[in-house]
Amino acid sequence: MRREAKLGLALLLTPLALWLSLLIFIPHIDLFLVSLRERVGVGKYELSFANYLTFFNEPLYLWTFMRTAVMSILATMLTLLIAFPVSYYIAKMVKGRMQAALFLLCLVPFWVSELVRTFGWMILLRETGIISNVLQYAGLASGPVEMLYNDAAIMVGLVYTSMLFMVVPLVTTLESLSDEVVEAGYDLGGNGVSVLREIIIPHAMPGIVSGCIVVFMLCLGNYLTPTMLGGKESLWFTELIYSQFIVRFNWELGAAFGFMLLILSSLIVWGMLRLTGQSLEKTMG
Amino acid sequence: MIPSIPQPKVLTIGYAAYVTLFFVFLALPLIVVASFAFNDSQFPSLPWEGFTWNWFFGDERPMIGVFHERSILRAIGTSVFVAVGVSALSVAVGLSNAFLFNRYTFRGQGVLYVLMLLPLVIPGIVLGISILVASSRVANGLWDGFRWDVEALRPGLTLVILGQFSFITTIATLVIGARLQKFDRTLEEAALNLGAGKLTAIRTITLPYLAPAMIGAFVVAFLMSFENFNTTLMLVGSDAPLTIAMFDRLKEGSTPLLNAVSLLLMLGSSCLALVMIFFQKRGR
Repeated sequence: MRREAKLGLALLLTPLALWLSLLIFIPHIDLFLVSLRERVGVGKYELSFANYLTFFNEPLYLWTFMRTAVMSILATMLTLLIAFPVSYYIAKMVKGRMQAALFLLCLVPFWVSELVRTFGWMILLRETGIISNVLQYAGLASGPVEMLYNDAAIMVGLVYTSMLFMVVPLVTTLESLSDEVVEAGYDLGGNGVSVLREIIIPHAMPGIVSGCIVVFMLCLGNYLTPTMLGGKESLWFTELIYSQFIVRFNWELGAAFGFMLLILSSLIVWGMLRLTGQSLEKTMG
Repeated sequence: MIPSIPQPKVLTIGYAAYVTLFFVFLALPLIVVASFAFNDSQFPSLPWEGFTWNWFFGDERPMIGVFHERSILRAIGTSVFVAVGVSALSVAVGLSNAFLFNRYTFRGQGVLYVLMLLPLVIPGIVLGISILVASSRVANGLWDGFRWDVEALRPGLTLVILGQFSFITTIATLVIGARLQKFDRTLEEAALNLGAGKLTAIRTITLPYLAPAMIGAFVVAFLMSFENFNTTLMLVGSDAPLTIAMFDRLKEGSTPLLNAVSLLLMLGSSCLALVMIFFQKRGR
């Protein structure tokens, strides 16, 4: 390599190296080290697995962890099921201006903050809210109906918030599927179901995987939606992290929780990539 | 099912109905939030008490409008400050990264690219606490060692900016990198043949070509920063950006003031989105 090129490479590498090392790697190593220490006296710490043991031995923590994971998976699947037909409609059933307009309409809600969207669902679902009033007006309910502060409300909020991140990759991959291939499937004697299973879904797989990964990550790491829409009983794992860090000031345990969340999300992302034979560069980049 | 293959009418109508229902689902919360900004009542809920502009312009209790509510205005200012900082930083680093991955081949490039993508798959709250832990360790170390009190390393706006920058940069890199990939290198070579220096060629040919992507990345970064909640929540000090300020109010119970702020946010981000689409169209 010429000297000038080497200099250029070094100059361009510096910001990247600073960014990744100072803001990503070193902080995570620090977090890991903090999670491995136990407070034995004032300002005195020892290396131990005590925080992780607390996590595994306290049923509430483990239960919340599992619940968060299962509900995030469920929310991801629901989002996929709802988004797939819509994405297919936008990508294949409509053309030209209509297509662009529908796609843009899908994006609009996500230009506003998650807080506003959650606030909207609160107004809709609460006891004095719109849906409750409509039900009473229609005679379907005799008194105010409380639909907020339960797991179903969390689910609605999560699916709503995640929708964009499923629709965009799905529309992009489905658009590249040419009509002739689908026609050929029918010509060869396939019906709607077999064409969907043999042609459309395999073709859309990269989009499905990247959509699912992003949506799952967002659900797992979500704090706002479970806090605002969930009830006292419906704890989310991020709420535990927050309370250990900010309320109880027990950073050691909070760091261990943070690491568990990171491990869980990495495992599921990795598993999903392995299972479908995709790579991170292809699905994200 | 595609339009060129005939399907039973029930199926097509059913399908269209489903898609319509989906868009109603998307629009409903936003419409509700926007319309209750004009409700002449203390609560953003039914019954409808009549139309009012007071939640925007009202200046006496109990209806103080957005434009007279100091704390909200200050929070908006804080958010804009943070968002501009984050966008400028991440577009700059993103541009450098895009050139690095597009123009050079070196050992470990593939690995580095994957590492560059990682911040997108780390939960925001974990990014927040890790930066919080690391910065307080450094701050404590500086205090114990040299009696230096570095305010910037304590929870506050500097950390909020760094925290948001840490993952928004990946997105800026992807947006700018995608356009750089489509660039025709021969244009740059032509400039070099005509006697331009390497940097001049990049400044006069490549950067103008990249401008739409850079503006796009800036707008996306701005919006993501403005909306960010998880990372910010862990790093925020006494100056709360808008999302945090609104969250605190919402926990105490909501008034249509929050609806008015939300409506302004919607209008603001739609305008930004339009700006971006305009520049993207021109770049094509």
